[in-house]
Amino acid sequence: MNIFLAVLRRDLLLAWRGRSDLLVALAFFLIVASLFPFGVGADPVQLRAIGPGVVWVAALLASLLALPRLFAQDHDSGVLEQLLLSPEPAVIWVSAKILAHWIATGLPLVLIAPLLGLMYRLEPGATQVLIASLALGTPILSLIGAIGAALTLGLRGAGSLLALLVLPLFVPVLVFGAGAVDAWAGGMSIAPHLSLLGGGSLAALALAPFACAAALRLACE
Amino acid sequence: MSWNSLSDFLAMGGRGFFVWGSYGAAFILIVAELWLLRVRRRQSLQRLYQLQQIEKD
Amino acid sequence: MNIFRFSSPQTFYPLAGKLIPVFGTLAVLCTIIGLYLGFFVAPTDAVQGEVYRIIYLHVAAAWMSMFIYLVMAFWSAIGLGLGTRLSFYMTQALAPTGALFCFIALWSGALWGRPTWGAYWVWDARLTSQLLLLFLYFGFIALTRSIEDPRRADKAGAIIALVGAVNVPIIHFSVKWWSTLHQGASVSMTKSSMESSMLWGMLIMAFAAWFYSLAVTLARARCIILERERHTDWAAAEIAAKGAKA
Repeated sequence: MNIFLAVLRRDLLLAWRGRSDLLVALAFFLIVASLFPFGVGADPVQLRAIGPGVVWVAALLASLLALPRLFAQDHDSGVLEQLLLSPEPAVIWVSAKILAHWIATGLPLVLIAPLLGLMYRLEPGATQVLIASLALGTPILSLIGAIGAALTLGLRGAGSLLALLVLPLFVPVLVFGAGAVDAWAGGMSIAPHLSLLGGGSLAALALAPFACAAALRLACE
Repeated sequence: MSWNSLSDFLAMGGRGFFVWGSYGAAFILIVAELWLLRVRRRQSLQRLYQLQQIEKD
Repeated sequence: MNIFRFSSPQTFYPLAGKLIPVFGTLAVLCTIIGLYLGFFVAPTDAVQGEVYRIIYLHVAAAWMSMFIYLVMAFWSAIGLGLGTRLSFYMTQALAPTGALFCFIALWSGALWGRPTWGAYWVWDARLTSQLLLLFLYFGFIALTRSIEDPRRADKAGAIIALVGAVNVPIIHFSVKWWSTLHQGASVSMTKSSMESSMLWGMLIMAFAAWFYSLAVTLARARCIILERERHTDWAAAEIAAKGAKA
C-alpha cells in the first residue's frame, strides 16, 4: 500500500506542477467538441442527436493526447527503471500511475461535460447520464491506453502508433458510453450500459496493469 | 445448376460486376501475396548471403 | 515422436519446407472443388439471385481472418509463456495473411452489399467488426515493424495480439448490439435459404483458405527464421547454399 500511495502522490504532484500541459489537453477536448457544429450546422435537434457521440469521440481523442506523458517523463529521467528494479510488484505502482493519470486527465473531462451538454443543447437528464457514462468509461480509456503507451514507449512516431493500437479497443467504450445517453433519450433503461461500463472498468483494472507492467519491462530492457 | 451459356455465366443475373469484382480482387491480392513472398525470400537470401560474405573476411 | 522437437527453428525449417507444397496442392484442389460446387451445383438463390455466390469467397475469407487472429493470439501466449522464439516468428508470419483475408472479406462484403442492400457500406454488424479487426491487424504489423530490437518487437507484438484477442469478443458484442439499435441491414443470407450444396461449397472454400494460409504462413515463417537465426551454424549453411544462386 505504501508504494501505491507514494507513487500516486508523486504523480499527482508532478501533474499539478505540469498542469499547463493538462489544461492544453482539456482545451483540445473543448475545441474538438466545438468544431462539429461548424461542420454540421447548429440545428438544436441535430446537435442533441449527435452530442453524446461527439463528446465521447472528443474524450477518446483527448485521452490519446494525454497518454504519452504517462510514462515518457519517468522513462527519460530513469525513474521508471528504478521502479522496475524495486522489489515491489510492478502492478501496484503501475496502477497508482494510471490512477493518477486518470485523475489528472480523465476526471477533468467528466467535470467539463456539463459545459458541453450546454453546447449541444442536451437536456439536464441527458447531461447527467453523459457525466455518469464518462465517469465510468474514462477509467477504461486510461487503463487500456496505458498498455498502448507502455508498448510504444520510446518509439519514433509513438503518438500515431498509439492511436492505431488503442482506438479499435476503445470502440466498445464509445458504443456503450454514447449509447447510454441515447438510451436515456429514447426512454429506455440505461442500467445495462452503465453496468457494462462499470464492469469493464473493473475488468480493465484487474487485467491492464499486468499487461502494462510486462510492456514496461520490455521498453526498459 | 446448369448455365444456359457462357455469357449467362459471366453475367451472373446482371450482377456480374459484383461477383467477378469480388473474386477478381481476391485473385489479384492472392497472386500479389505469393509474388511478394517470393520476392521477400529472394531478397532475404541475397542480403543474408552478402552479409555472410562480408563477415567472413 | 516428440512434437516439441519441432519447436526448434532448426528442425521446423525443413519440416515446413516439405509441408508447403502439400498444403499448396490441397489449397488448389479445395478451391477447384469448392468453386465448382458453388457455381455449378448450388442453385440460384430465390431471393438474391446469382449475386449471392459471393458468399463462397466472403465467408471463407471472414472465417479465416478471425481464425488466424486467434491462432496469432495462441502463439503469442505460448511465446510469452514458454519463451520459444519460433512462436513469435509464427505470430508475425500469420499477420499479413490474416490482414489480407480481412480485406478480401470487407471488399467482397461491400460488393455484395451494393446490389443487395443498395449501398457499398451499410455499417452492418459483421462488416463493422471486420473493419475493426483489420485495424487490429494493422496495429500489430505497425508495432512489430516500428520496434528495432527484434526481441522487444516479438514480445510487444505478442502482448498487443493477446490484448486484441481478449477484446475481440467484446468489440464484436458491442458492435452487434450497436447495429441492432440503428436498424442496419445485414450482409448475409437467411438461414432458411441454405441448401446443402451451398453449405458444402462454403465449407470446402473455408478449407481452401485454411490450406492456403498454412502454405503461405509456413513459407513466410521460413524467411523470418533465416533472417533471425542467421548466426546459427545450420542457418549459415542454408544461406551459403541457397544464397549464392538466389
